[in-house]
Formats: sequence, structure tokens, C-alpha cells
Amino acid sequence: MGQITLQSVHKSFGPLNIIKDANLDIEDGSFVVFVGPSGCGKTTLLRLIAGLEDVTSGQILIDGRNVVNVPPAKRGLSMVFQSYALYPHMSVRGNIAFGLKMAGMPRPEIDRKVEAAAATLNLTSYLDRKPRELSGGQRQRVAIGRAIVREPKAFLFDEPLSNLDAALRVQMRMEVTRLQKQLATTAIYVTHDQVEAMTMADRIVVLNAGRVEQYGTPLELYDRPVNLFVAGFIGSPKMNFVSGLPASLHGAATIGIRPEHLRVVGDGEGWPGRVSVAEHLGSDTFLYVDAAELGLLTVRGLGEVHLKGGDRVWLSPDPARLHRFDKEGVAIRP
Amino acid sequence: MATQQTQGLARGLLSPAVGLLFVWMIVPLAMTIYFSTLRYSLLDPGAETFIGLDNFRYFLTDPAFLASLLNTLVLVGAVLAITIVLGVPLALLLDQPMIGRNIVRLMVIAPFFVMPTVSALVWKNLLLHPVSGLLAWLSTLVGVTPIDWFNDAPMLAVILIVAWQWLPFATLILLTALQSQDEEQKEAAEMDGAGAFSTFFHLTLPHLARPITVVILIETIFLLTVFAEIFVTTGGGPGLQTTNIAFMIYSQALIQYDVGSASAGGLVAVVIANILAFFLVRIVGRNLET
Ligand SMILES: Nc1ncnc2c1ncn2[C@@H]1O[C@H](COP(=O)(O)OP(=O)(O)O)[C@@H](O)[C@H]1O
Ligand SMILES: [Mg+2]
Repeated sequence: MGQITLQSVHKSFGPLNIIKDANLDIEDGSFVVFVGPSGCGKTTLLRLIAGLEDVTSGQILIDGRNVVNVPPAKRGLSMVFQSYALYPHMSVRGNIAFGLKMAGMPRPEIDRKVEAAAATLNLTSYLDRKPRELSGGQRQRVAIGRAIVREPKAFLFDEPLSNLDAALRVQMRMEVTRLQKQLATTAIYVTHDQVEAMTMADRIVVLNAGRVEQYGTPLELYDRPVNLFVAGFIGSPKMNFVSGLPASLHGAATIGIRPEHLRVVGDGEGWPGRVSVAEHLGSDTFLYVDAAELGLLTVRGLGEVHLKGGDRVWLSPDPARLHRFDKEGVAIRP
Repeated sequence: MATQQTQGLARGLLSPAVGLLFVWMIVPLAMTIYFSTLRYSLLDPGAETFIGLDNFRYFLTDPAFLASLLNTLVLVGAVLAITIVLGVPLALLLDQPMIGRNIVRLMVIAPFFVMPTVSALVWKNLLLHPVSGLLAWLSTLVGVTPIDWFNDAPMLAVILIVAWQWLPFATLILLTALQSQDEEQKEAAEMDGAGAFSTFFHLTLPHLARPITVVILIETIFLLTVFAEIFVTTGGGPGLQTTNIAFMIYSQALIQYDVGSASAGGLVAVVIANILAFFLVRIVGRNLET
């Protein structure tokens, strides 16, 4: 079991209010991603759940029990740190076994569990190496191994893939997701990368300046962002925002159109503009269109679109996929 | 990779400094070697004669030599042990957040800046003196006969003084090392359920292995040549009880006026220091790799 609930959790460092009234319900076995810009309080929130920081007020329940006064080791959670935080003087075996040794588990049982974890993570042939003799990806796996042997109620990951190169990151992304599904253990995963969030999460928590902006499945966030911040943060390339006359025509202060929902249409039908840059990726074409008073609009065309910088185009938004926001930036729902 | 030209330029620019340093070292060494082969008494100037290795034979077979060698080793070993065994907990304490930490740190470091002669005088006259010393006063307060440190336990007294001087050095080096210890590793250990003692033994102590090695190597070099503390307090006595190699060389040269024998002793000391350094590096130097 690993059901985690936050009830009006606040955290201040001195006069600085870092986490403002966080309320969350994390179901057992789900993969939840905290995403938000750098400095918004993701790490702080994770450390509050881990017990490495004390809450200023509010409750954290694990399986229904309030744990705010329970020391980290007793919460039954394990954490994978951004720097991996491997013990440099211990072998891979020693690193993975350390938590079990501290728990006073008998030696044969420790050995069995370490071997099993190492086998799951393809680390068997590295068990006797020191962390410094491993590559970045291997260190990452040792850190994960250290987390899984303790059979925790939940895993906490703090930007675990940010030190890896792009290709390895994609591979580890899949491995982590697969492992989590296989173990069916709750996981909370912190990242600033919305692509990571969208691809890995069952549910995403979007944080901004210490506030939970929205909590929902990736597609909910994509299809029904509750405000301008979420709309702009989720999706790549970023959503286009248009205000002024075209927005008031739809009864909104601002309208948002995702680049993939803007179409290039024939003469005179939509918003006129001029292509300033065209990026041809083969699978997609990104057009950055200078649309006079509407500003710079991004258009994503499927496959090859035969346009180049300087071409005149007309753009038309897909009316069904249009997002409307009021003066405060809150989404208007019909 | 530097080009040929810049390498040549670098060598050209470095050579005066390197040359000066070389001459600086080689001249005294050559003169010491030269003197060590002469019968050279300050009481009988102008009558120097070449006597080969006789000075070395006299020095090494002098009964004072073995005693001094032993005293040297005891002094070095004891001070190393005290400074490290006390330095580690002291550094751990100073690493804790507390009010006035900077001032406390400064005060702990202070003894290192007191010159050996002064600190030896302070210890001799203000602290350890059997009549007017602080310790004597404390002893009489509780009704115990004061210890006459420099007569009854002279070596212990010297060790105390030298350890007091070197403890700040060890503490400082270890404190710096503690401050560089990775915070996330400690938190990982906390999540793994390690208490303060387990964290210390499994993480902190291995982390300190390298700075401890540095402390041992550096202190050894300086402790082999302790002189002022002995000169000021015991004068090597009573008997030979606190005479180390450095003090023995001094007494050869300036008490017995035998420059030849003192030079031979100086060279013997260089050899001993090298032997010791060789073994130290073999034993503890492994920690310095990587
Ligand atoms: N121990 C601390 N003391 C004071 N301020 C802190 C502390 N830890 C974090 N903060 C502040 O809290 C904010 C959020 O930090 P963090 O949770 O690390 O953000 P994120 O992980 O989202 O990038 C930052 O502005 C940071 O400066
Ligand atoms: Mg962070």
C-alpha cells in the first residue's frame, strides 16, 4: 500500500512562503509527476513528503496515518536523488545493501534481495565496483536499486534523469516507467521537463510559485488546462496566445491555440501573416509566422510543408480545439 | 597541449627561479656533507682534518642516539594520536550550526598562531609549574599533591605542549573536509535508516580518510624536528628523557662544540626522515590515490 494525501500543506523558510496550501490525493500504485519551472518548489514538496524537511503547517498522510512527526526512515519511502548520492566508499553491493543492513536484516536475506535487485537492473556484473567506476546511467541504476530493495510504500524521484545525455534519458524514462508498473509501487517523480511529465505520468501536478495549479492526467492537462499558466507550460511547442479583437469575438480576454491546431489555409480565409522562419524536421514542419498585431504564432504542420521564410500565409484555428481564458487567465468552460 | 615555442619560453622563464632554489638547497647540503667528514671542533678552530666516516660512527654509537631516536618516535606517535583522536570529534562539533560559530572557530585555531617558544613558556610557567602553575593550584584545591611535570613526567609534558599546538591544525583540516561532505549522501543515509553513529562510521569516517592522511604526513614532517618546546622547558632532560634527534644534534654542535659530529647527525636525521616518509607513504599514502 502506498496512498499519500497532502492536506493544506504549507512550508516557509523564514519569511519566505515556498509551498502554499498544497492539497493532493495520490492513489496507491500510481505514477505522479510534479512538474513546474525551476524554483517553483517541486524539490521542497518532495522533501516534505520524504521527511527531510518539516512542514510549517498541514498534514501528510501515508495510508491514512499522519506522518508529519515521523522521521524519514520510518515513513517507508525511498528516494532517488538528483546527484544519485551514492556512498562513494562502498561497492555497488554495499550501496544497495546499506538500507537493509541498517534495518538489521539477516545477511543471507540481504544477499538474496541485493542479487534480485541487481538482476532486475542489469547490475549483476558490477556489484563489486565502486560508484566512481560506473557510467552515469549505471550510477542511476544503482540509485534506483538502492530504492527498490527496501520495498518501500512509494518511490520519490528528484529529477533523476537530468544528468544523463538525451539518448540515455529517453531509454531510462522507459525503464523507470516499466519498472514502476512491474512493481506496482506508488511513485512521485519531480521534473521540470514537461515532455518527461507527459510521457511518464499517470497524473501530473503542475506547480507554479509554490501553488498547485492543476492536478490531472496528461491528456486532461493538454485538452482542458485550467488557466493560462498550465496552458502555456504543457505542450511543446508552446501554445499560442492571442488577445484583442479575435479573442473578444470568442467572448474571451485571451484565446489559446496549440501549434498543431492552427492550419495554413487558402487566400483571405484566416489571419494573414508572413513566415519568418520555417523549420523542416521531416516528420513535422514548424512555421514561425509573424501575424502583425497578433504577434508571432507557431504552426505545426504534419510532414513536409513546402513553405519558406518570407512566404505569405493565412492561418485558421481549429474552432473545436480553441482555449478561452478570462481577464484573470482562468479558463472559460462552456 | 602547449606548443614547442611556449614550452621553451616557459622553461627559459622558470630557470632563474629553479636555479636559485637548487643552489639554495645544494650549498648547505654539500657543506653539511663536507663538515661531516672533518674533525671540526669549535674549541680548536683551524685544526680541521679529514677523518672519513668516523663522525658517523661516533654519532650512531653514542648511547644518546638510540634514546633520542626512541624519544623522537614516541613524541611523533603520541602527538599524531592525540591530534587525530581529539581532532575528529572537535571538527564534528565545530561543524554544527551554533551561535558565535565563527568566534569559537577562531579561538580553537588560535594556538596554532602562537610561536612554539612562547607557548612552551606559557605552559612551563603558567600552567604546569609545580608551585605557581594553574594545574598545581587546581590539585591543591582538591587536596592532591601537585605533579612536578618536567621532573616526574617530562616526556608527557612535552607531548602535551606539542599536541596543544598541533590540535588546531588537525581540527582545521578535518573541519574543511567535513564541510565538503555531500549533504545528499547524508540525507540518503538518513532515508536508509542510519542513525548518527552509523552515518559517522559508514560515511563520515571513510570521507575523512584522506584528510587524516594529509594531517599525518604534514605533522610528521614538523614533529620530527620539534626543538623549541624542548629547549625552553626541559633542555632535553632530566638525563636524556626528552632529548630527541633534533635536540641531540643541537647539543653536539653547541654544547659539545663538535660541528663534525653534529653535521653527521644532521645527515642521519635526513635519512631517518626519509625512511619514515617512505613507510608512511606506503602505509597511509594509498588513501591519497584517485
Ligand atoms: N533550505 C532552504 N532555505 C531557504 N530557501 C530555500 C531552501 N530550500 C529551497 N529554498 C527556496 O525554495 C524555492 C523552491 O526551491 P526548490 O523546491 O528547490 O525548487 P525546484 O525544485 O522546483 O527547482 C527556491 O526559491 C529556493 O531558493
Ligand atoms: Mg529541484
